[in-house]
Amino acid sequence: MDWQSIISDSLQQALGPDAIVFALAAIGLNMHFGYTGLLNFGQAGFMAVGAYTMASFVATWGLSLWLGLATALLFAVVLALFLGVPTLRLRADYLAIVTIAAAEIIRQTVGSVTLQKWFGGQDGLQTFNAAFRRLNPFSSSQGIPGVVEWRPYDFWVVVVGWTVVALACLLTFLLVRSPWGRVLRSIREDEDAVRSLGKNVYGYKMQSLIIGGLFGAAAGILMALQKQAFNPSLFATDTTFFAYTCLLLGGAARVMGPVLGSILFWFLINFLDGFFAQATDPANGPLIPSWLMDANQASLVRFIVMGLALMLLMIFRPQGILGDRRELAIDAR
Amino acid sequence: MHLRFLRASLLVALLMALLTAVGSPAHAADAPCAKPPKRDDDTIHVQGCLRDLRGNGDKPVPGVTITVSDTEGNPLVEGTTDETGLFDLALPGTVLDVLGTTVVVTIDTDTLPEGTALQNPEQKKLVAEINTESDQYFTFPIDDAPKVASKWDQAIDLLAGGLVFSLLLAMAALGLSLIYGTTGLTNFAHGELITFGALVAYLVDQLSGEITLFGANVTVVTGVLAALVFGGLFGWAQDRALWRPLRHRGTGLIAMMVVSIGLSIFLRNVFQYVMGADAKQYSQYATPTPFTLGPIELTPKEVVVAAAALVVLVITILALRYTRLGKATRAVADNPPLAASTGINVDRVISVVWILGAGLAGLSGVLLGLTQGFDFQLGFKILLLVFAAVTLGGLGTIWGALVGSLIIGMFIEVSTLWLPVELKFVGALVVLIAVLLVRPQGILGKAQRIG
Repeated sequence: MDWQSIISDSLQQALGPDAIVFALAAIGLNMHFGYTGLLNFGQAGFMAVGAYTMASFVATWGLSLWLGLATALLFAVVLALFLGVPTLRLRADYLAIVTIAAAEIIRQTVGSVTLQKWFGGQDGLQTFNAAFRRLNPFSSSQGIPGVVEWRPYDFWVVVVGWTVVALACLLTFLLVRSPWGRVLRSIREDEDAVRSLGKNVYGYKMQSLIIGGLFGAAAGILMALQKQAFNPSLFATDTTFFAYTCLLLGGAARVMGPVLGSILFWFLINFLDGFFAQATDPANGPLIPSWLMDANQASLVRFIVMGLALMLLMIFRPQGILGDRRELAIDAR
Repeated sequence: MHLRFLRASLLVALLMALLTAVGSPAHAADAPCAKPPKRDDDTIHVQGCLRDLRGNGDKPVPGVTITVSDTEGNPLVEGTTDETGLFDLALPGTVLDVLGTTVVVTIDTDTLPEGTALQNPEQKKLVAEINTESDQYFTFPIDDAPKVASKWDQAIDLLAGGLVFSLLLAMAALGLSLIYGTTGLTNFAHGELITFGALVAYLVDQLSGEITLFGANVTVVTGVLAALVFGGLFGWAQDRALWRPLRHRGTGLIAMMVVSIGLSIFLRNVFQYVMGADAKQYSQYATPTPFTLGPIELTPKEVVVAAAALVVLVITILALRYTRLGKATRAVADNPPLAASTGINVDRVISVVWILGAGLAGLSGVLLGLTQGFDFQLGFKILLLVFAAVTLGGLGTIWGALVGSLIIGMFIEVSTLWLPVELKFVGALVVLIAVLLVRPQGILGKAQRIG
């Protein structure tokens, strides 16, 4: 068993693009769920809008990447308005069902054969990131040799990604400390009390939905830039659930919660993957007999553990690692 | 007397017809294609054999024109099939001339016999690059000419298919709605209860060999019953081990919802661990000839499945309406503390609801698996539709789940008239959002429930 490669692979992912993308998506969910109490189960839909708008601007219509990026953010706002108008007056679980349905509508529509000439069907989109690639200042691999190491383009994405995450954290920090943020948190605790103080609860919820959705779209944009070629399966319902797991692991309603959660999540996922891949490798014995687990099954163990972990986390430590149980009484309204 | 005799003989004739239709595997094959003559020259031939596969038959198709051309559309050689369906056309030039070129083989569908058509009407041309020295073999499967049905007839046929799916959806939706109504849990792991039923039946089917009762093969029937029973047991165990302790320690509804998401991810991957990722079908999964009733075309299996679902739904609804336990269930759904104060054992009622809801979900899973095959994601894939049905009809109401399922199931099928098939689920979800815009409590829901 090669522990060093398992750990260095896991670190690579925990500090690399995957963790960045899910940290950003979870920062958005933190705004929705952690601070406002909105159950947005369609974050994958915001990510898809971000990725597909930007990429199709270049790959399909031959326009500028930067114009596509700006339009992607604009469309995320439109999506938030579209989802919020019918549901924000309703109980939390209605928003959950409508957002999860909207995310699936988006995924199945962009993946359809009918719109293949625009969005590439199940093959998705590629060759759109040249303008971003040209800005890459790195020409050689970067990192700590033997521990973590990224190819030049990946490292460029990592640098840009963590910068965006840092800015998003700073923005969240400033927003939730402001009077505006206090209103959000009071909506989470008692919506009716806030309404009785003359605040426009609906408007605040809508603003929160838009800001969190923008973070989600940014996550999708980064994911597209990093993968350089992507397809609809990246924006399935499980993507949203994984982002929630990151958020709850780190601690909802904490500025750094989603970031810590995402780093830990990807470390653990890749650690389990590496461990069981090696444990079932015939070259190592195999440690786990093949009648019990083969290589295909080994790749599932991480998700089995993850599902179990999400349950146990929610039952025994709903505030996650950084959270404060008194602040966050997660419940339906 | 005469009439009765006539009727009896008709019945016998019908039975005979059915038996022969089911019993004989295929009609006696006509003469097979002639072997192309052996030769020893320096050419490459384009060969093939056209067979008429209508009604599981295998007859030669003579007199069909086949053209071989190059990629620019210039014809190289043309010929017709002989009386055994064979065509054997020599490409002009020597082997060396022909090697590396690409040929397009086109069938002239106008020369096909009356009533026949290509199995795949789009595939009139086959393209191949010649990169070996051997002869090239092409085939065009020929089958029934597609019936051109009017939009109306298509709509009615689709409605019938949609009704079958609706009934299966309704069982799952009723289970979800009952559990939601009594416990307030929005159960994202409900899809896995559906898959569980299909999986149990599959295991029974695979492990037990053939189960016979009075000479009849009842393997799948046993599997269906096992899915119902073990599905119910699974639901009971889940409630006892997980949901009841959570309710008792006062875990919030949203926290429980997140727990159910974790459970869904956990179970779905365990299922894949056990059964692999490929689609499964039951051993008695045969596709017998469908029977037609006007424009409606259904397989006998679909009819049996729909009838079983209908019976189960009616029994469930009658039980909820008239039995003591059913009334207690509705009382708990209305107001748990009030129900408890009248002496109803709320935990016991919820246990029963879990058994019933999970059993119904398991049954819908195995019946879905029977009609279309299944994989480890069967339930997860339709979970959103189940949610849509329940929300559309009105969360937590019994009739709402049924009405919602009917609308969603029918809409999905009928929408294929004007929507591409791949977007039919999308259409149903759009309907869900549209209805919520106008009537957020759902069609049969009470306004106060959404407060």
